[in-house]
Amino acid sequence: MTLKHISTLIGVAALASGLLVGGTANAEDKIGFIYVGPVGDHGWTYRHDVGRQAVQNEFGDKVKTTFVESVKEGPDSERVIRQMAADGHKLIFTTSFGFMNPTLKVAKQFPDVKFEHATGYKRADNVSTYSARFYEGRYVVGKVAGKMTKSNIIGYVGSFPIPEVVRGINAMTLAARSVNPDVTVKVAWVSTWYDPGKEGDAAKALIDQGADVILQHTDSPAPLQVAENRGVWAVGQASDMTKFAPKAQLTAIIDDWDGYYIERTKAVLDGTWKSEDVWGGFKSGMVKLAPYNTAIPEDVIALAKETQKGIEDGSILPFAGPFNKQDGSVGAAEGSALDDGTLLGMNWYVEGVEGQLPK
Amino acid sequence: MSGFDWIVPVILTVITAATPLVFAGIGELVTEKSGVLNLGIEGMMLVGAVSGFIAATLTGNYFLAVAAAAVAGAIMAFLFGVLTLSLMANQVATGLALTLFGVGLSALMGQEFVGVPVSALAQLDIAGLSDIPFIGPILFAQDALVYLSFFMVGAVSWFLYKTKAGLILRAVGDSHDAAHSIGYPVIGIRYLAVMFGGAMSGIGGAYLSLAYTPMWAENMTAGRGWIALALIVFATWKPGLVLVGAYMFGGITILQLHAQAAGLNVPSQVLSMLPYLATVLVLVLISKDQSRIRKHAPACIGKIFHPAA
Amino acid sequence: MLLKIEKRSEYSKAMVYLTPLIALALTVLTSILLFELLGVNPIEALYQFFVAPLDTEYEFSELFVKATPLMLCAIGLSVGFRANVWNIGAEGQLTMGAIVGSSLFIYFPETDSIFLLPVMIILGAVGGAAWAAIPAYLKTRFNANEILTSLMLVYVAILVLSMLVHGPWRDPAGFNFPESQTFSESADMPILVSGTRMHFGTLLALLAVFGAWIMMARTLVGFQVKVIGQAPRAGGYAGFSQKKVIWFALLFSGALAGVAGLSEVSGPIDQVLPSISPGYGFTAIIVAFLGRLHPVGIFFASLLMALTYLGGETAQINLGLPVAVTGVFQGMVLFFLLACDVLVHYRFRLNTARKATS
Repeated sequence: MTLKHISTLIGVAALASGLLVGGTANAEDKIGFIYVGPVGDHGWTYRHDVGRQAVQNEFGDKVKTTFVESVKEGPDSERVIRQMAADGHKLIFTTSFGFMNPTLKVAKQFPDVKFEHATGYKRADNVSTYSARFYEGRYVVGKVAGKMTKSNIIGYVGSFPIPEVVRGINAMTLAARSVNPDVTVKVAWVSTWYDPGKEGDAAKALIDQGADVILQHTDSPAPLQVAENRGVWAVGQASDMTKFAPKAQLTAIIDDWDGYYIERTKAVLDGTWKSEDVWGGFKSGMVKLAPYNTAIPEDVIALAKETQKGIEDGSILPFAGPFNKQDGSVGAAEGSALDDGTLLGMNWYVEGVEGQLPK
Repeated sequence: MSGFDWIVPVILTVITAATPLVFAGIGELVTEKSGVLNLGIEGMMLVGAVSGFIAATLTGNYFLAVAAAAVAGAIMAFLFGVLTLSLMANQVATGLALTLFGVGLSALMGQEFVGVPVSALAQLDIAGLSDIPFIGPILFAQDALVYLSFFMVGAVSWFLYKTKAGLILRAVGDSHDAAHSIGYPVIGIRYLAVMFGGAMSGIGGAYLSLAYTPMWAENMTAGRGWIALALIVFATWKPGLVLVGAYMFGGITILQLHAQAAGLNVPSQVLSMLPYLATVLVLVLISKDQSRIRKHAPACIGKIFHPAA
Repeated sequence: MLLKIEKRSEYSKAMVYLTPLIALALTVLTSILLFELLGVNPIEALYQFFVAPLDTEYEFSELFVKATPLMLCAIGLSVGFRANVWNIGAEGQLTMGAIVGSSLFIYFPETDSIFLLPVMIILGAVGGAAWAAIPAYLKTRFNANEILTSLMLVYVAILVLSMLVHGPWRDPAGFNFPESQTFSESADMPILVSGTRMHFGTLLALLAVFGAWIMMARTLVGFQVKVIGQAPRAGGYAGFSQKKVIWFALLFSGALAGVAGLSEVSGPIDQVLPSISPGYGFTAIIVAFLGRLHPVGIFFASLLMALTYLGGETAQINLGLPVAVTGVFQGMVLFFLLACDVLVHYRFRLNTARKATS
């Protein structure tokens, strides 16, 4: 008797006890989501789950979306991904960088299942990668921040010094200095994506050192609450966080996965899904900005909107030269702009950022 | 204007960072003094944080909210007491299980309250005094819980060393068999001490969700319960030093952020290690001197007591 | 009090086997209530937690993959606990073992030798043991409480790992993301059953279970550990050195935790990440007690603990139960198991006589 038989027997016993075990044989297609945090983080994972719900609403009873939250990067993630694949899911979104290698390993064993890995760089025939050009949002925000700062110091709460975060800092700095060359940017690294207390403390430290606009690349609304309390400006992250800081929030850079998730699910249902590498920005709708604070002068809002439009139609490239790196060497020469490969591996600051990038 | 203006806001930041640690630390101190080691502080803080937040959102009354947090923490501690005191389960394992349970329970309770804003606990500006430069904003413009944390440290210190009940509690922690033979209800006293610890941890958690960062988010304590544990050793089980230690731990975190913002180049991980290494060092220093450790560390800590044994 | 708890003159053999069943029954009853409250069919939820994760041979192998680090750490810790040595820093020793063991591959990635992995495993054990040697030294030399020193060192070890992975150990071709390059074949743990992830580390864990069993039951070392744990003074008269037992207990548990860490990074993880363990070192403490500090008990306890994790994932996928429920559920299982253990050494008796004057 194999183990399968034993467990089947137990299952039958459960059935025989007169209570029905819910059948999992559904006609609809299953779409799975794997999250690194709890859906209640109000940040990164929360936005992905909003995308999942959008898929469910769009396709109704044609699909069944499932998710597993707080999956640890490492061996657990491979098991969960595999379990979903073995369980008959048609399409699986793995929504953290750390799920990259596990996703590829499982994908190799399940060539018929489609995988979508967020923020990674390794692909396969049945593995797409997707990410958002959040730096476009940060560039627009940088224009506003540069105009709004009185002290000419902008504070930035960083999580980990990885290219994704460094890119955001640089884009914001370039934009701020393009409208206000006196701006300098101070960065405080908190070594976590999510610790409201520590994020708030970092914001306080930055404000105490003179910053009057706070940006963050961490998940909780704590830095905005601090800004609200101290009477300085701040920019929301991932969601519109205006209810946490109605006076302080200039705008928020919103992750919007709804459209992409619906599109890819549709492609799977239609049988037209192909492995791709999508890095969408404003144009694709993956990056959005929350409504601007009414306290921002109209000309500044106009400038921001113009910048966003320019990015959308390609007339403005955030990393277009000329600009220098922090050490004074040329970042990009006049008439050139950084390509995606350089952006993906960015590990230096531009001129105007203070302190050394932790290595 | 002097060049020291920056000191006041830094001190204010340190106060908010330290206050949850003071509460959790002073509560666990009393628990440990009675001879019980409860490693479930993190779990109790989280349940306190969410209970306080829910009560504040539903009633808008912060007094009720803090009371709810204290009661919730005490209930969690009572559960710990039933297992370890009445049923004599191992304290280390039960404490860890309590944390596991508390993390899950708080997340479950708080599901509907994620992303709900609540106004922060008000600062009590003491008229006239809070305007004094420098010391005014530090001493006379804090929220009620900060004052309560100072009061609790004083009260616990007075209780432990100046009252008969405190003497009995310490006796129970130092030798439960001796205390029992004199006729003290060892188990009953420990229940009270454990529940006091739970209530304080609950309030410490509520400080996070109501004052420090007024919101509820899963796992928002982010390891502060474990720091509280280190704190007690650091303080060599003396209430006053718990306060000093909490401010030192809070201070190191804040100074590290300031150092970064000022452009100082030290790996953040190295700075984050300092409090833990400092605790080990202090532990070594106080343990070396047998008489000092005997004077302050409860001898029966973690040991199971059975009256008939 | 109406109920009185009385110490049994001898522990109850029947209860040793009965209590886990009683605890399970209580858990089932309570969780029916919990699941009803959450609006989920309790029978289906229990099915998802305990039965569905073992549906296939593959999933059964996953149970062992998940249980391997728990087993290794818990076996080591249990020996210390028997000797009254409270190492609760296995998480840090696991991390250090992973760091020291994998350093060989990180600095010599081109090495293609059958000796690479064995040396890495040994280095893993050395790394874990060295990290545990610090509390051992501080305890024996300065009398510093090992509960607290070992706990503090957990955080230091995790920060060291974070510093390495965010810094010099980054994959040179990895766009500066904080993870090392993936391990080469000669640095990988061999797979035991093809098509699964069950790896050589599982064999090491089983070996540890068996070895610890023999050691505790049959050898002088095991005898010394037990004597020192129960009656240090008697041990002293017998000429056993308490210091030696402390050193042994910490080095042994540190080495096993280090092996656990190395088998994770060169097994299922296959690279060094900023976080390599979701708290196995802490969970192992609970596992050790669930297994009543006995190697065979620990074997089953780690499988049970692993099953609740797997069940939690299955319940999320199939029922949409939030992960928080898993925590509450695990907490309940543990509470009941720990609580029922009282029955082994004690019995409840109705107090017929009025409360005696004390």
